[in-house]
Amino acid sequence: MITTRQFLQIAFAGVCTVAFAQSASAQGTIKIGELNSYKMQPQFLDPYKKGWEMAIDEVNAKGGVLGKKLEVISRDDGGNPGDAVRAAEELVTREGVSMIAGTFLSHIGLAVTNFAGQKKVFFLAAEPLTDKITWQNGNNYTFRLRASTYMQVAMLIPAAVAAKKKRWALVYPNFEYGQSAAENFKTLLKKAQPDVEFVTEQAPPLTKVDAGAVVQALDDAKPDAIFNVLFGADLSKFVREGNTRGLFKNRTVVSLLTGEPEYLDPLKDESPVGWIVTGYPWDKITTPEHKAFVAAYQKKFNDYPRLGSIVGYVTFKSLAAGIAKAGSTDTDKLIAAFKGLKVDSPFGPFVYRASDHQATMGAYVGKIALQGGKGVMVDFKYVDGASVLPSDAEVKKLRPAP
Amino acid sequence: MSSFLFQALNGLSAASGLFFVAAGLSLIFGVTRIVNIAHGSLYMVGTYIAYSFATVVGGMLGFWGGIIATAIIVGIIGAVIEVLLLRRIYRAPELFQLLATFALVLVINDATLWLWGPEDLLGPRAPGLRGAVEVLGRQLPTYDLFLIFIGPAVLIVLHFALARTRFGRLVRAATQDREMVSALGVNQAVLFTAVFALGSFLSGLGGALQVAREPANLAMDLTVIGDAFVVVVVGGMGSITGAYLAAVLIAEVKALCIAIGVVDFGGFSVNFSKMTLVAEFLVMAVVLIARPYGLLGREQGAVRSVAEPEEPIRPATRGLKLAGVTVLAVLIYMPLIAQDSPYVLVLGVDVLIAVLFAASLHFIMGPGGMHSFGHAAYFGLGAYGTALLVKWLAAPMLLGLAAAPLLALLGALLFGWFAVRLSGVYLAMLTLAFAQIVWAAVFQWEGLTGGSNGVVGVWPTAPFDTRETFYLLTLALAVIGVLLLRRFLFAPFGYAMRAGRDSPLRAEAIGIDVKRVHWLAFAIAGAVCGVGGGIFAFAKGSISPETIGVGRSIDGLVMVLLGGIQTLTGPIVGASVYATLQDTIMRQTEFWRAMLGGIILLLVLAFPSGIVGALAKFAPRRKDQP
Repeated sequence: MITTRQFLQIAFAGVCTVAFAQSASAQGTIKIGELNSYKMQPQFLDPYKKGWEMAIDEVNAKGGVLGKKLEVISRDDGGNPGDAVRAAEELVTREGVSMIAGTFLSHIGLAVTNFAGQKKVFFLAAEPLTDKITWQNGNNYTFRLRASTYMQVAMLIPAAVAAKKKRWALVYPNFEYGQSAAENFKTLLKKAQPDVEFVTEQAPPLTKVDAGAVVQALDDAKPDAIFNVLFGADLSKFVREGNTRGLFKNRTVVSLLTGEPEYLDPLKDESPVGWIVTGYPWDKITTPEHKAFVAAYQKKFNDYPRLGSIVGYVTFKSLAAGIAKAGSTDTDKLIAAFKGLKVDSPFGPFVYRASDHQATMGAYVGKIALQGGKGVMVDFKYVDGASVLPSDAEVKKLRPAP
Repeated sequence: MSSFLFQALNGLSAASGLFFVAAGLSLIFGVTRIVNIAHGSLYMVGTYIAYSFATVVGGMLGFWGGIIATAIIVGIIGAVIEVLLLRRIYRAPELFQLLATFALVLVINDATLWLWGPEDLLGPRAPGLRGAVEVLGRQLPTYDLFLIFIGPAVLIVLHFALARTRFGRLVRAATQDREMVSALGVNQAVLFTAVFALGSFLSGLGGALQVAREPANLAMDLTVIGDAFVVVVVGGMGSITGAYLAAVLIAEVKALCIAIGVVDFGGFSVNFSKMTLVAEFLVMAVVLIARPYGLLGREQGAVRSVAEPEEPIRPATRGLKLAGVTVLAVLIYMPLIAQDSPYVLVLGVDVLIAVLFAASLHFIMGPGGMHSFGHAAYFGLGAYGTALLVKWLAAPMLLGLAAAPLLALLGALLFGWFAVRLSGVYLAMLTLAFAQIVWAAVFQWEGLTGGSNGVVGVWPTAPFDTRETFYLLTLALAVIGVLLLRRFLFAPFGYAMRAGRDSPLRAEAIGIDVKRVHWLAFAIAGAVCGVGGGIFAFAKGSISPETIGVGRSIDGLVMVLLGGIQTLTGPIVGASVYATLQDTIMRQTEFWRAMLGGIILLLVLAFPSGIVGALAKFAPRRKDQP
């Protein structure tokens, strides 16, 4: 027989071999750690990865930043906060990165935000939407690029008010993003239209929506309008059942993120015409900076960009701009530089607010139409994030004292 | 009222989808006793293949012909898996095949990603059944109507096939007593392959039929496998009719929850649609407590083990104890050795937590003979107990850590009391149901637990706020935990526990209260696992529901089986190897899941009794040892 401890020894020998084998790193580069749920959310993160690869290539082709090339060390966070924190620790302690970026799901983003605050590491949250990253659980070390849940909802409120509907039904995935989107929507709409009535709420579990039953329950409540937060596979199921069962007939539907190519494209000819959505009409934006981005992207990858591409691209462009402004990779200097940092993106220029570390990059709001058998966004306009964010004084009350 | 009736129709059409995949799983388990986790993967592949037929070939033929073709293709894939992989490991210890199917889940998922790409693929509507008909003043899609009928139709065909044909008789005979069937001269290999192919065929059919209802996506495999297991167990293992009844019951309960929607209880509103998160597990817990073998199941015939008989466990010799102390010394000096690479300590903490998890799981699985599929519940109770105490009551770190085993112990006492009344796979599934209920409670109780975001900001305080000291604390707790479990096993309690596993009747006859002993074993294992959870919360600074989900329970099973369930050091080695492998591989390649699965498959084929089990066979054995 072999004892317990002997095996611990064998195990640790393995651990040590792995851990001591330091990866050979090029001298004179700036190392950026990146982590994301690549296996869990491939439809968004595959384009995201292409986006940041393009940003890094562009920056390095121009000689890098501060005379050094950027080097990204990317990790899969396993889709859960425990592994994500370990990956972050590994990036910091073993790879010696000077900052970290990434994450997709809210709770993973929050866990890494908290890690960054505890270990005093600069962290740029790319995609997670929860308001808590910049508000309730915000800290000095964390910035966030993507427009938060609150901002996305606020962008849709004017259209919801303009529809002048009294009876609203809500459907959202049962986790933090869905819940807080629904809460924000109810609060904001009630404020703008006090006589509004919320007739039913359906909160199916994420990825497990019983579409037929949910559609029927919504229909039975006889709403005038519907607010939807479902996305991904849940959205496809919901839309198909809703179309077949006539749920959307003569009803206003306001929906979060549905205009993003990641979620709209799979719907093809099933795309729900007339929905008012936030999204990214990649083939119809005519600003020169966006056209240049699309051309470069298509040339490089022979594929069209999704919203993930924009997020990945702008995340790393932001980091390059921040490092250049700080003149160093020192954490405190980076934080100082990011406060009020102005970045040029394919969506136009935006800033990282000093008050709550939220970027003001906005999103497109428009209607879904069918063109050539697939869904597109029409009548859209760009809503600047700054126009929907609460004032500096208000967010100061939301954030914990530094 | 009519809305409830209509929702019942929705429930029936959802039930048909569940039924196909559950029926296949039930057949496979009944005959081969394999807990086939890869069954959901076959279902997912079915949807993808049917999508390709429906879009590439297109039209009536592409859709309907494609569904039949898909089911046949998936059936063939199943047969190939059985012949190439599973047939080689039937003689391994019980449950070991689970490890192989787990590896298949990883490999198939990455293969699907590679073949079809990351985007969700929504198939066309069914040609001929595109519209809806009016029922009870509402629109019911004709495809749903079709599904409502196809489920019972397949049920009837299967029922007659099992009742009237020779193949069916063999399947039923093998479900009851497969050794006897083989002794009577039936070619088991052919029978097993045929059953596996049939089960896969049904799963593929179920997946293919979904192509008109939901997009093919990479999360389907795990989503469906959980539901399928629940249906099979609620219906009774091996009973096809039971599987259909269970599918209807669960689908109807869910549809009812959705139909009820938000209800106001005097200003206090409850959203019943949120209950769908846990409805099936509540149903399963209630059914198993009331009817231990499911709705239509019968007590399982004893499976006379086909594996080699297990060696009795032996205490370590003096030489090995000495070696052990030396190793412990090395581990204690690890912070000095690893000064230049602090990540060793970070990973070390994770490995030690995994060791606690696996060792405590093995305690009830191996010597206790109780396969727990829900060990994460105690891990979660420990982690949340600690985190909430620190967060809400600002408890000092060590007090928070002390709460971990206590809360886990209480949970294990409660769940164990019900669980030890069952045996075999029913026990396993009841533990899974409890774990899911804990998970759902944590997920839903937002005010207390932070909901899906979990509790953040639980960091160790001085003097444990450095990597070195925290590592040493973890090491101390892990060593204490493992030695404690060992001590129990060599005490009369441990002998009584194993006696109860090997021969409950004889053990009862000599005055051992088997249920009581097993119940206490459950509690002890839960408490030790809870310690792991407590450390985890501090190590990561946060805890969220995902960390305590089914995935962690399965990881634990994988660790125990990988190391070797019949040895005491097995779980420790298995946990170390698995945790290290996962960490290393995740960094190496984009397709890390496939690589991890591939390595596990190699290990499975090379060491059919686990790593330590295989090594122990080579170790020289002294006859004079006790």
